[in-house]
Amino acid sequence: MSNAAPALVAGHGDYASGLVSAAAEIIGEVAAFVTMSNRNLGADEIERVMRELVSSRGVRVIFTDLPAGSCTIAARRVVRDHPDVILITGANLAALLHFASHEAGTAYEAAASAAERAKASVLVVGLPGGD
Amino acid sequence: MAIELFRIDDRLIHGQVVVGWGQSMGLGFIALVDDEVAASEWEQELYRMGVPPEMDVYFKTVEDAAVALDDWFADERPGILLTGDIDTMLRLIELAPAVRSVNLGGIHYRAGRDLRLRYVYLTTDEEAALRLMQQRGVQVTAQDVPSARPVSLDDLLATETAK
Repeated sequence: MSNAAPALVAGHGDYASGLVSAAAEIIGEVAAFVTMSNRNLGADEIERVMRELVSSRGVRVIFTDLPAGSCTIAARRVVRDHPDVILITGANLAALLHFASHEAGTAYEAAASAAERAKASVLVVGLPGGD
Repeated sequence: MAIELFRIDDRLIHGQVVVGWGQSMGLGFIALVDDEVAASEWEQELYRMGVPPEMDVYFKTVEDAAVALDDWFADERPGILLTGDIDTMLRLIELAPAVRSVNLGGIHYRAGRDLRLRYVYLTTDEEAALRLMQQRGVQVTAQDVPSARPVSLDDLLATETAK
C-alpha cells in the first residue's frame, strides 16, 4: 500500500484520469491520487476547482501536463498561496509510479525524485537517419 | 500582416495557443493584451514561463497595443494577439480599425452566459458586442484549434442556447 502524500493530477482531456488509471493497472489503486480535467473550463474555474481540491484533499503535490497549459498556470497561482504545495509539470506515468512508490522522505523529495524519473523515462530508440 | 490571429481566449496563453496554433503557424510571437497583466510582473512571468524561448511575448494595455500594432503588422514572423474577453478586443478594435478578423477561441461558462459551442458561452451583452464588431466590418468566427471547422458568428448565434 502506498504511503504517498496526497497528489493532484491535472491536465487536458483525460490526461489525469488516464495516467492514474494506467498507474492502477501497474501498482494497484493509489488512494493518494486525485484527478481533474480542464475540459470546458475557463481559467477562473480551473483555478477554483484546483484550490478546492488542494484544500479539501490536503494535496501536497500537483502534477500537470504542459508547462504552458492552463492547469499549470492555475497551479502556479495555487502554489503561490500554498508554499507547502509542490508543482511538477510535464509529468508522465513514470513520474506517478515513482512518486506512489516512494517510501521515505518529504513530499518535496518524493516529487523531485519523481521528476528525475520522468525525465529519464523519455528515450529515443532507433538509429539516426534510419528512416 | 504578421499577426495572423486575433483571438479571444479566457485562458490567454495555454496549450491550444502555444502548441495547437503555435506549431501549425510557426508562431514567432504572442501579443497578450490585458490591462491587469500588463501592470503585473508576476502575471507576466507566469505566462512567459510556458512559452518556448524562441517565441517572444509582448504584454500591453489596450491603449499601448493599439500603438504597437503597426510594428506587429510589420514583423516578418507570424504572431497571435490575445485578449481574455470580448470587451477588451472591442476596445482594441475601436482604437485600431486595422483589426479585420477575430477568432473566438475560448469563452467558457460562468453565471449569466448561455452555451453556444462547447468552448463558447455568451451573455446577451457579449452577443451584442460581437454583433457590433461584425457591423464594423470585422469577420468574427469561432474555432478553438486549427483543425476545427470555423463557425461564423451568424451560425454561432443561430444555435439554440442552453444554460
